Amino acid sequence: MIVELGHFALILALCVALVQTIVPMVGAARRWQTWMAVGEAAATAQVLLIGFSFAALTHAFVTSDFSLRLVVLNSHTAKPMLYKVAGVWGNHEGSMLLWVLILAVFGASAAWFGGNLPATLRARVLAVQGSIGVAFLMFLIFTSNPFLRMAVPPFNGQDLNPLLQDPGLAFHPPFLYLGYVGLSMAFSFAVAALIEGRVDAAWARWVRPWTLSAWVFLTIGIALGSWWAYYELGWGGFWFWDPVENASFMPWLLAGALLHSAVVVEKRESLKAWTVLLAILAFAFSLIGTFIVRSWVITSVHAFANDPERGVFILLILGVFIGGALILFAARAGVLEAKGIFAPVSREGALVANNLLLAVSCFVVFIGTIWPLIAEMGWGAKLSVGEPFFNAAFPPFFVALSLILPVGAMLAWKRGTVGRTLQGLWPAAVLAVALMALAFAVQTGRSALGPVGLGLGAWVVAGALTDLWARTGRGAVAARLGRLVRLPRADWGRVTAHAGLGVTVFGCAAINAWMIEDIRVAQVGETYPLGAYSVTLEDVRDVQGPNYLSTTAVMALSQGGVVVARLLPEKRIYPVQGMPTTEAAIDQGFWRDVYLVIGDRQQAGGWAVRGYVKPFANWIWAGALLMALGGAISLTDRRYRIAAGARRVAGGVPAE
Amino acid sequence: MRRCILIVALWLAAMPALAVQPDEVLPDPVMEARARALSRELRCVVCRTETIDDSDAAIARDLRLLLRERLVAGDSDAEAMAFMVARYGEYVLLNPPARGANLVLWLAGPGLLLLGGGIAVTWLRRRRGPEAVAALTPDEERRLDEILHP
Repeated sequence: MIVELGHFALILALCVALVQTIVPMVGAARRWQTWMAVGEAAATAQVLLIGFSFAALTHAFVTSDFSLRLVVLNSHTAKPMLYKVAGVWGNHEGSMLLWVLILAVFGASAAWFGGNLPATLRARVLAVQGSIGVAFLMFLIFTSNPFLRMAVPPFNGQDLNPLLQDPGLAFHPPFLYLGYVGLSMAFSFAVAALIEGRVDAAWARWVRPWTLSAWVFLTIGIALGSWWAYYELGWGGFWFWDPVENASFMPWLLAGALLHSAVVVEKRESLKAWTVLLAILAFAFSLIGTFIVRSWVITSVHAFANDPERGVFILLILGVFIGGALILFAARAGVLEAKGIFAPVSREGALVANNLLLAVSCFVVFIGTIWPLIAEMGWGAKLSVGEPFFNAAFPPFFVALSLILPVGAMLAWKRGTVGRTLQGLWPAAVLAVALMALAFAVQTGRSALGPVGLGLGAWVVAGALTDLWARTGRGAVAARLGRLVRLPRADWGRVTAHAGLGVTVFGCAAINAWMIEDIRVAQVGETYPLGAYSVTLEDVRDVQGPNYLSTTAVMALSQGGVVVARLLPEKRIYPVQGMPTTEAAIDQGFWRDVYLVIGDRQQAGGWAVRGYVKPFANWIWAGALLMALGGAISLTDRRYRIAAGARRVAGGVPAE
Repeated sequence: MRRCILIVALWLAAMPALAVQPDEVLPDPVMEARARALSRELRCVVCRTETIDDSDAAIARDLRLLLRERLVAGDSDAEAMAFMVARYGEYVLLNPPARGANLVLWLAGPGLLLLGGGIAVTWLRRRRGPEAVAALTPDEERRLDEILHP
């Protein structure tokens, strides 16, 4: 019964979305207040309806209602509760339901918190958001209905893929979707602005928080995914340039570009057309990402051809929305006149360079991802593009980006001088070069990757700190420290995020350059060296888990005769799906992770064991966390809390 | 994310095992290092863009062993890779050779950077100069004359 109600609510939501698309749009064109106001009610109704539908599906999963096809395919009574709930979005249909739910939540927040938007802009934003809702609700209901019943319900389900039964991956998709779908707001604002024919500082101030929050969510989502890969897949790789990873990375790069170019629109009323175009492209890449993940087109063209329904549907959505938006852009971009004029060497100029580099690096990832497809369809060549290509083709752009970042962030608006900016940055440059030289001296016979990564990372982090210090102005140190605390949150956010990028760049380089690997057969009781440590395989025993069987090894990690940690790497078998997983045991640390894996029992006795010392592993995700934190701090800046474009309340706000 | 690869890989491998196994490792550390470097360039043919170095699939193990056989037999890196390509096609190369149509793949990024940079610079140059003031048309001059000398 609840399931049917959920199904019905979904269909109702589609009807409401249709109303939300048409009525406010017509109202905005005709300036009919009552018609425009329909958008808000419709957006609220959509959240309630889709929210109910989602709750109904969750209820079915939690109560293990095996009359529902989706529950049978993805759940099991013995599964822990967390994964019963996470199972709702651990599959295609449920994840698309989550997608439309988040879409509705974003639309509704524009209705709830957009009180200070001009009425016509708000109505148009809601209408565009509604139309995206229509498309995806149709996709959900017609091609991926989560509420299909079974004619003969089985006694138990087939369980969720064991690899997904993990806290890291349970929360990875929701964050990623928050990011993807958050970019739909930027898209809706861009299309609404094109229809209005007006892009100004106030518009940028409304768009920026949405883009920023989408970017923050994407950052967290990508970091969670890569962290999961790191500890779950058993060899400590964290990024593979897999099409599905690229699908989330491309919108991240473009969202990064967008939130920087929106700054230029906000502060200087320039780069308007480019910003609108970026907003459209960023969402386009979210849709392309959804298409790549949902259609399997990248896995193989044949997999796509065998079941083209979903892929074609998303391609259709992509064509209609992005094609339509681009046509609109071509027709209306001329109306968006830039006001602020600036010299090439200026903050604006640096942000243009930032945008260029981010857009190009996104394009490199894109072309690498789809090249096998182009080659196969174009001239019938079967070829692969993977890690070695991306590792060679992508970093140069990011190195260039990291090099100009500290300088660009401190250049003056309108017209700056590189020389004067560099004067303030010389301590950062000296530090970076010194660290690089030190790393070169300490390591022998290894690649230049480590030292270069260290130098770059130090340059970006020290540059960010210099930026922060320079913002306090001149004068005595005490006075500057006082001003430091009172700096706008946007400054703190910017500096935190930039420093985070530096930390991640360093972490990625360090782990690849300085990792120690050891693969061997160990007997129980045997002690063997691993870098500066020694590892003792103390015991291997069988353990029964809630829905799996485990082979658990007890390994003592010691340094200088002192046991540092006792680690329990596992090898699990999930009998329902007959699937093994490896659970690496990691001794996490500030400077390094020690990563131990237990393999198979060897015929000649003993166990295959692998050990890694991964230097600065946690810095990769700490950097990502810093970036997300920086974005979040920026979001709390008072200029977003104070109604943008609204008149100030007399006497209420002290001057800054 | 990677689950799909693993599903495929694990279905195909009856006895799933972790990537490089102890019994595969060559006694000569220099040769082993070469084998590891090369196997990071080769694709596990049944997986989704995964290297044979990372893959758990049985076929990846076969490829790793084959590669090591060639190296032990005295092949140079290039010869060993050529052997793999001859056997499994260019599909096994995760880094497509930069020739023919693949040049587009390699040049697309730098090309776009140059193009975008060019557009940006031209745009900045054009906008920087003082806005050219168009001369008055004869009609406008007559109108101005009327206003100034009524």
